[in-house]
Amino acid sequence: MTTKSPEATTGQKLIQGVTGPWEIVIGLEVHAQVSSNSKLFSGAATEFGAAPNSQVSLVDAAMPGMLPVINKYCVEQAVRTGLGLEAQINNYSVFDRKNYFYPDLPQGYQISQYLQPIVGEGTVLLDMPDGKTVEIGIERLHLEQDAGKSIHDMHPQHSLVDLNRSGVALMEIVSKPDIRSSEEAGLYVTKLRSILRYLGTCDGNMEQGSMRADVNVSVRRPGEELGTRCEIKNMNSIRFIRAAIEYEARRQVDVIEEGGTITQETLLYDTANGVTRSMRSKEEAHDYRYFPDPDLLPLELDQSWVDEIRLSLPELPDQKKKRFIDDLGLSPYDASVLVADRERAAYFETVAEGRDGKLASNWVTSDLFGALKKSNLDVTESPVSAEALGRLIDLISDNTISGKIAKQVFEIMFAEGGEAADIVEARGLRQVTDSGAIEAVVDDIIAANPEKAAEVATKPKALGWFVGQVMKATQGKANPQAVNEILKKKLGG
Amino acid sequence: MSVDQDTVRRIAKLSRIAIKEEQVEPMTGELNGILAWVEQLREVNTDGVPPLTSVVEAKLSMREDVITDGGIPKDVTRNAPETEDGFFVVPKVME
Amino acid sequence: MSQLTDMTLAQMRDGLRAKTFSAHDLAEAHLTEMEASRILNAFLVETGDKALAMARESDKHLEAGTARPLEGIPLGIKDLFCVKDVPTTAGSHILEGFSPPYESTVTQNLWHDGAVCLGKLNMDEFAMGSSNETSYFGPVKNPWRRAGSNQDLVPGGSSGGSAAAVAAKLVPGATGTDTGGSIRQPAAVTGIVGVKPTYGRCSRWGVVAFASSLDQAGPLARTVQDCAIMLKSMAGHDPKDSTSLKVDVPDFEAAMTGDVKGLRIGVPKEYRVDNMPEEIDALWQQGIEWLKAAGAEIVDVTLPHTKYALPAYYIVAPAEASSNLARYDGVRYGLREAGTDITELYENSRAAGFGHEVQRRVMIGTYVLSAGYYDAYYLQAQKVRTLIKRDFDEAWATCDAILTPTTPGPAFAIGEKADDPLEMYLNDIFTVTANMSGLPAISIPGGVTKDGLPLGLQLIGKALDEETLFRVGGVIEEAAQFTAQPDVWWR
Ligand SMILES: [Mg+2]
Ligand SMILES: [Zn+2]
Repeated sequence: MTTKSPEATTGQKLIQGVTGPWEIVIGLEVHAQVSSNSKLFSGAATEFGAAPNSQVSLVDAAMPGMLPVINKYCVEQAVRTGLGLEAQINNYSVFDRKNYFYPDLPQGYQISQYLQPIVGEGTVLLDMPDGKTVEIGIERLHLEQDAGKSIHDMHPQHSLVDLNRSGVALMEIVSKPDIRSSEEAGLYVTKLRSILRYLGTCDGNMEQGSMRADVNVSVRRPGEELGTRCEIKNMNSIRFIRAAIEYEARRQVDVIEEGGTITQETLLYDTANGVTRSMRSKEEAHDYRYFPDPDLLPLELDQSWVDEIRLSLPELPDQKKKRFIDDLGLSPYDASVLVADRERAAYFETVAEGRDGKLASNWVTSDLFGALKKSNLDVTESPVSAEALGRLIDLISDNTISGKIAKQVFEIMFAEGGEAADIVEARGLRQVTDSGAIEAVVDDIIAANPEKAAEVATKPKALGWFVGQVMKATQGKANPQAVNEILKKKLGG
Repeated sequence: MSVDQDTVRRIAKLSRIAIKEEQVEPMTGELNGILAWVEQLREVNTDGVPPLTSVVEAKLSMREDVITDGGIPKDVTRNAPETEDGFFVVPKVME
Repeated sequence: MSQLTDMTLAQMRDGLRAKTFSAHDLAEAHLTEMEASRILNAFLVETGDKALAMARESDKHLEAGTARPLEGIPLGIKDLFCVKDVPTTAGSHILEGFSPPYESTVTQNLWHDGAVCLGKLNMDEFAMGSSNETSYFGPVKNPWRRAGSNQDLVPGGSSGGSAAAVAAKLVPGATGTDTGGSIRQPAAVTGIVGVKPTYGRCSRWGVVAFASSLDQAGPLARTVQDCAIMLKSMAGHDPKDSTSLKVDVPDFEAAMTGDVKGLRIGVPKEYRVDNMPEEIDALWQQGIEWLKAAGAEIVDVTLPHTKYALPAYYIVAPAEASSNLARYDGVRYGLREAGTDITELYENSRAAGFGHEVQRRVMIGTYVLSAGYYDAYYLQAQKVRTLIKRDFDEAWATCDAILTPTTPGPAFAIGEKADDPLEMYLNDIFTVTANMSGLPAISIPGGVTKDGLPLGLQLIGKALDEETLFRVGGVIEEAAQFTAQPDVWWR
């Protein structure tokens, strides 16, 4: 079921103040670095971690007379992302200059898009742990240049400036203020990252800064007007985003309840102390003086090109989830766990190919993911390939081994490698289905326990004891169904 | 519209140009002289007229995503007033 | 004065090919003139060694019969163009000592065609001025003086060094840039020819930006033909400039057929401004008569928004400049003045590095873009610009080119208009419309005032139709027989 925030979510995530409940209102501006080889307006490389100023063109350093030329691939990725967010693609958009002075902004302006962005309104669906879905609106997506990097802690009197990032292409994805809790904010960033990775437009690597979020937080009495918001800048960890929201919302409630008012300001989250604090460099009121960049012409897209990009889109997590539920019979929760990550989903699909979907899902989500987690491995590093896991499942389906034995085989495969069929053969784990052989064992056990056998007529539960004995005698290899049938035939029960 | 001395100080700040107190008054006069003159543009009826975006009738052409530049750190920093280990140096910036 | 420097660029080209003299001879002759004429303050940088080395290279080409279009032609370069490893200042203190590790596309094109670099030419700071008085490195003196006067006159601006150097025969041709009239106005008041091509014809890459949507490079030389030769080499599509036009460069020289029969020349009544000096009006009438006599048809056209072009320009150009000049911050190149923090460093560097006119324009530009004023000023100006462009579009229905005076008056004395910015701005009243609408225009010497100072006639053409301008310009040049020369007082 899909519900629209805020109505459906109010009431469950309120914070309690001394004067009553408060609602948190959150909007996110996510900066996602386009996975391109070269920069948005220059031919310099974008690779992470290079020597200072070594990936800087004269354009990125804003030398006199230098001019921007746009990277087609970056435009394509913005369109692709817009289509992935089911957003409106604007075939006419304009690049503007956002003017401000900062040492890592060499031009003295950032080329961005202001009034006419390349992508308009769209949506992101959040998969809540209870299986419900919450819809978060996307306001816009625009293309812009990244700034360079100032290093403030290497020298007591100086800051050092490296322009390697200067001019790298970013997609700024702005949400509507539809988010109502730190949990939803975390899920939103996770989901957005998942979509970007499916699309291949951004690698989503938050530690390296390829995805950062500015988080706008305000509080209000449920159902009342929006409160004054504060913007927490440049967050690059989902855990910290959640912690910062919790802290900031509580701070705002405390301020208001103590009779104060919230002043709109830019904040930094101090990860060491778990608090937000005012950014000194942003104290001064800004006046960005946006105007269309006269070095560039308006960006006009051919509809045929947009259509071509649309046709090349992969199946996205929401579509995949729906297919897993509808066609493979998975639970919404399992489906969302499987689709959250492109590689996991691909692994699962290989396992499920031509097999029972639910069985495949159980093996992947519990046995495989559990073992991976224990060994701290990613699905791409799994010692058991999807094909091999599939063949193991086949051995269960064709009654070669029982589900219980299969778990044993899986553990061996995970630890030592090898093919399921070979392990079953080498270790003699093949299930006994030959009723003659089982009957012989059953007869032996009944003969050895006549009193127990007599009990079965009055206490049907006693049959279970015999099943256990038979399984023990066959080291678990007897087909449990066959054992049950034979016992019932012989003992009544 | 005309500017007052506080506005001139604010514009100078936004422009990052230090303005001495004794320069504020004459600059206010000069800017107001120019602004009063450009004021005549208000006579022009521009209802429904789009702003000019470019005088050239051309489509923005795009380049391919290939690395053709960079790898010239010495050229990038050779004119800099102060550098250290390949970085540009500025007075410490407080965040 | 040596005979070599007296020739036109075309005559030099022919003499070099006929081996009447060598490129080395030609370069030396010009270097001698340049060094002897320092009192004009036309050159900011003299690149004598570079010139001789390039000339030697040209002589090899001439010897081998592989001469390129401008082989061995010595040229001066406005200091707004970056020339690799040669100081480039844009006439500003803030760029003093800046040595670009790159070559502008336009100068690259010139060197590629065999031209020889004599040096960098003085100009108004960041091209903001109409008299060359805003240069940090001092004003340029116009080679021309009023008859019987020793008073120093301005050479116009902002390409004042270019115009003075060409008029004084220190170079046969020079590059200039024209944002509101900065090629045509100095050409007119120094008695030479200047061309502002269609916006997008010449690459802006490597040219220090003043107002990006208006800036355009072009040639200054002593004849229409010489400008045609230079522009052919300067122009061309450049993938490094997104506003550069993807069109072929015509043979402008070949367009000078001498025949204007049947061409319709528009005369816009709105250019007959209040207080127009009698001499300017008379020159304009004379131009009309010359073209009529040559068989052109004169038609009245109307450009109703002409009077708004200049005020709109003084919003758009400063707005763009305020942003373009933000990069001069004392961090990566240029002047740095100490400050206790980064903001003070910026403010002190920019206050010390920019001259008064530049500061004033940066502040005006900042103001008209700032919150609450954008719509009233910047947006309105860009809308007016649309109307100005439409005026021309409509005029082209009835004419092929438009004839106007280039300037409202001749060269004035140094210091005469320096105190009144508005008075100074009015120098561009006839030239700025072409920039606002991106159209090509040319200024041709038409005659002299009663004081003996040169005046120019301007032709404005359709977009990308420089050929008609060269064709009509050649006919005016022929009819005008402008043979006046300044007395050589500067050496
Ligand atoms: Mg933001
Ligand atoms: Zn942004």
